[in-house]
Amino acid sequence: MYDVVIVGAGVSGCATARELARTNACICVVEREEDVCCGTSKANSAIVHAGFDAQTGSLMAKLNVEGNALMWELAEKLDFAVRRCGSLVVCTSEEGIEGLNELLERGRANGVPDLRIVYRDELVQMEPNISDTAVAALWAPSAGIVDAFGLNIALAENAAQNGTEFRFNVPVENLQRREDGTWDVCLGDGERLHTRCVVNAAGVFSDTIHNMACEEKIRIIPRKGEYLLLDTTAGSHVSHTIFMLPTKMGKGVLVSPTVHGNLLVGPTATDVDDPEATNTTREGLAEVASKCALTVANVPLREVITSFAGLRAHQAGHEFIIGMPDDAPGFVDCAAIESPGLTSCPAVGKMVADIVKDYLSLEMKPEGEWVDRREGIPLLEGAPIEQWAELAKQDKAYGNVICRCRHVTEAQILSAIHRPLGARSLDGVKRRVTAGMGRCQGGFCSPKIMELLERELGLEPKEITKCGPGSELLVEEGGERRA
Amino acid sequence: MREHHDVVIVGGGPAGLAAAVATKDAGVEDVVVLERDAKLGGILNQCIHNGFGLHTFNEELTGPEYALRYVDQVAERGITCLLNTMVVDISGDRVVTAVNPDRGVFTMDAGAVVLAMGCRERPRGALNIPGFRPAGIYTAGTAQRLVNIEGQMPGRNVVILGSGDIGLIMARRMTLEGAKVHCVAELMPYSGGLKRNIVQCLDDFGIPLLLSHTVTCIEGKRRVEAVWVSEVDERMQPIPGTEIRYPCDTLLLSVGLLPENELSRGAGVTLSPITRGPIVDDSLQTNVQGVFACGNVLHVHDLVDYVSQEAATAGACAAQFVREGCAPAGRTVAVEASGGVRYTVPSCVDPNRMAAKQVVRFRVGDVYRDRYVSVYVDDVRVSHRKKRVMAPGEMEEVVLKRSDLEARPQASRVLVTLEEV
Repeated sequence: MYDVVIVGAGVSGCATARELARTNACICVVEREEDVCCGTSKANSAIVHAGFDAQTGSLMAKLNVEGNALMWELAEKLDFAVRRCGSLVVCTSEEGIEGLNELLERGRANGVPDLRIVYRDELVQMEPNISDTAVAALWAPSAGIVDAFGLNIALAENAAQNGTEFRFNVPVENLQRREDGTWDVCLGDGERLHTRCVVNAAGVFSDTIHNMACEEKIRIIPRKGEYLLLDTTAGSHVSHTIFMLPTKMGKGVLVSPTVHGNLLVGPTATDVDDPEATNTTREGLAEVASKCALTVANVPLREVITSFAGLRAHQAGHEFIIGMPDDAPGFVDCAAIESPGLTSCPAVGKMVADIVKDYLSLEMKPEGEWVDRREGIPLLEGAPIEQWAELAKQDKAYGNVICRCRHVTEAQILSAIHRPLGARSLDGVKRRVTAGMGRCQGGFCSPKIMELLERELGLEPKEITKCGPGSELLVEEGGERRA
Repeated sequence: MREHHDVVIVGGGPAGLAAAVATKDAGVEDVVVLERDAKLGGILNQCIHNGFGLHTFNEELTGPEYALRYVDQVAERGITCLLNTMVVDISGDRVVTAVNPDRGVFTMDAGAVVLAMGCRERPRGALNIPGFRPAGIYTAGTAQRLVNIEGQMPGRNVVILGSGDIGLIMARRMTLEGAKVHCVAELMPYSGGLKRNIVQCLDDFGIPLLLSHTVTCIEGKRRVEAVWVSEVDERMQPIPGTEIRYPCDTLLLSVGLLPENELSRGAGVTLSPITRGPIVDDSLQTNVQGVFACGNVLHVHDLVDYVSQEAATAGACAAQFVREGCAPAGRTVAVEASGGVRYTVPSCVDPNRMAAKQVVRFRVGDVYRDRYVSVYVDDVRVSHRKKRVMAPGEMEEVVLKRSDLEARPQASRVLVTLEEV
């Protein structure tokens, strides 16, 4: 029997797992997809928000500010990429300054440090490409950007290092509470996991999971956000994350550098019914392309290399749902984690873990019986050439470049495949080492990575997938050949 | 002391190989070719169809055969080629940094550098095609590699977007391998590929070419399940009501090639916004002294024969640069494009140095029938040649005579333009 089964291997589930893995609990994370970081956690703005947006006194505000404060040390310990680039909320009319002041006051009340309003002259100094209509901005130096994949993978790997079990490709079909208060988690492959406690970190499916266990139902409205990602040639077009102050005309889109050196533009916000509707739309992409000009001039949209859509787990109350419902002892919600969920995850993990610890009276493992640090895979793109030279001296595979756009070598890909919770698909490799994430979007390196996956995992070519079962990249040979 | 080579050639595809041969033949002994793949020949190795070499060898060769001719010439001359070697940086003073498994990261000083990195395919993302992002979406070149090099089938029911040459070739190739190719959709009202490929790869196999059509939706969360194709209006916007849904498992993209100039940019080479390749003079030298460019990294070609010719010029000029050092700045005459001509290569010439008959290559921006290709030196028309049809998919050329410039020592500009009959 498990002590805890966590449903969902996104950032919330994995942050919770990592915290609980420091205790004597026996933990299993179940995930419907083939890998960690396959839902909301992988397709978002990858921003470490400062915390002035959420209503003062809300859980969102509290966990955002706490999560931001925890993020930087976490990044150092778990070796994932962050950059504290600061954010600017830009207003484009004199009337907007009032709105900036409101945000400033709310931010201060929420505990956000160092907030300040900057006016046009200073703003242009900070961001030469700011739009001609920009009047002023709220500057939040504590905001930043993060490798969302790296964060999620690092949390998961560290949890695994400390004994957490992970099961992939297993959707949860049902939850049943036994008379003794323990739970059965019924999986899609027919197996039942018996556990003392269940954590619902199922993202856009967190209503489905919650409603299996509780009488008082919740409803998640998947809110689609579409994005454009630009090549690294456009990565320094802005140096801060640029938001637009919402106006009567609506909410703008953000323009932000990414930790991988790209420029990110988006998102839209459209409520949809289907929690799997991660398709982009013509209208959505056009909206992003036109709205970015409201705050930033001359965004080089010709440099777009890909577009994507993510779904936020929105609920009508616009508040995180964290806690144990009265009618379901042993069941802990970590639901409706929408933006700023990524920023908040270190704090969310602690909060959820504390609820579980209390309920199960868990004890911390003795010091020395768990590891606090995890070593990531070094990225070479943008790193000093001496570092690459040193690595290549020690391991020839660092001299074999597989992804030419982002300078990813065989050594890094082998590490991505063979480390705990290693990659088993093209997307898995991509999220771990950025291979295929560059300007050719895997055109040149996909066949080579497919070969490495085949060789290292002992797979047949036809078993290689883009992102798990059903996404096979090749078909059976044969058919009617013509001479 | 850092390793030094007289001429370092970046890329061992058709351009790099022809440049290497020409450099050596021009009397420079110390030439080295850096190739990122395990094999010389570049993308020709996966082009197993015939049709290569008609101009150069007067016979029809396959891609690998054509490459082999140059690989042999390189071998006969004892030219050093480093394989599995990826150049990661070229500095403005021609220090080349590369990496390979045997030597790790290493640097070399180059007397001259020839850029011959080729081009890459535009990916789906560059087109903003809406829909899901399932498996089964490949650029035509990636599919070509899977089929011809890896011996794998990327799909069985195929729609192709874009009528670039690789897309047309792959329409035939996939058909021969037993796949059903439903159609080739092309956004423009004309094809981006060679006429002969449309005839031999589509018409001969009954594959429809849908001009002024585009893909408006991709269905399938895990693997492509269907592709929606719509007709577009003059502004290239899909026309409602014209959608056709093609159930299929694969979408191949052949929507343009982009010169791979990340290294050039790092070296400080000025790029043309039109070709996205370096701006060069008649010696194919870029604005960075001693750095030359040729082949698809300079501008995208449709025939490899012209790549080889151009690369031979670049190699010979690089050799001359090494032997004679930097020539004193002579007179420079700009070569400009107008009236339907999108760009010219070269974009300036030195009348004292240029060939007696300088080939100027260009592409047009639309389909033109019965137009004159005219060359002006300042306001004087020096050549006037009628072409029945010109299309963006086919590279054109005119010859600029040195004597025409020598006769006009004050001239500052050559103009290549199209004129109505």
